[in-house]
Amino acid sequence: MYKKNRTARIVLYGMMIALAFVFSYLEHLIPFNFGIPGIKLGLGNLVVLIALYTLGAGGAFVIAVVRIILTGLTFSGMFSMLYSLAGGLLSFAVMALLSRGEKLHIAGVSICGGVMHNVGQLTVAMIVLETVNVWFYLPVLLISGAVTGVVIGIVGGLLVGRLQTYLRLQR
Amino acid sequence: MEKKRTFGKRDLILFAVIIAAGLIGLAVLYLRPAVTSGTVEVAVDGAVTMTLPLSEDTEVRIDGVNGGENLLVIEDGKAKIISASCPDGVCVRHYAISRDGESIICLPNRVVVTIRGGEKGEVDAVV
Repeated sequence: MYKKNRTARIVLYGMMIALAFVFSYLEHLIPFNFGIPGIKLGLGNLVVLIALYTLGAGGAFVIAVVRIILTGLTFSGMFSMLYSLAGGLLSFAVMALLSRGEKLHIAGVSICGGVMHNVGQLTVAMIVLETVNVWFYLPVLLISGAVTGVVIGIVGGLLVGRLQTYLRLQR
Repeated sequence: MEKKRTFGKRDLILFAVIIAAGLIGLAVLYLRPAVTSGTVEVAVDGAVTMTLPLSEDTEVRIDGVNGGENLLVIEDGKAKIISASCPDGVCVRHYAISRDGESIICLPNRVVVTIRGGEKGEVDAVV
């Protein structure tokens, strides 16, 4: 939907990556403390979700990967990058598939993304730590993933609506 | 392009199902009583390095990978980590564990502290 103007596309990608990067930084500043690891708001995912609905799967994939690499190198370190990549890629794949179908709206897609992000991270933790006990966190992370997913999905839906008007004007 | 809805009936059902599954899981896991005669198992990088009785109050240092350290405290039948060398401190903020299978995990040091129920492995009945 946004293929004609190459410069505009570059600007848009740059803006989205910068936004995702800033959101990830903000996320690092918010101390979520529930005594259980892995509960996050998923602000970075907001940008990926919006990209999915405005730029399409290819653009969203680029933004998701670049965001994880950038935040990994800047804030969290190579080790955490592995977890972020597992969560981010699984979440992206599920969201990309679901957003193609007509069954779920953006909120539902975002819920699945949030939950799959946590599932991906638990899977890596299970492999690295060689213990199945990490799945103890699954119930809590299911709930947190669904709740944050809904919030991100609704906000994302509002923004996509507005951005689409803007993108059409630009074409 | 038509304006798409953000939140529909199916999304609500999906949300409710995931929340319900999470709550059921929580109930199953956390409404169990604490183990009375269990042990605290410490594993570093997948290998068990220490097994301590949960009934005895102690304080031990765990040597994780890459020179990392975690300080484990067993007190009143509960295990917790009170300090760690890693920067994130996720394990320190973790609640004290006391139920069979519960664990505290330190990802950077690859330390896993797990509660093991005392009754496991015993013969249920001999005919």
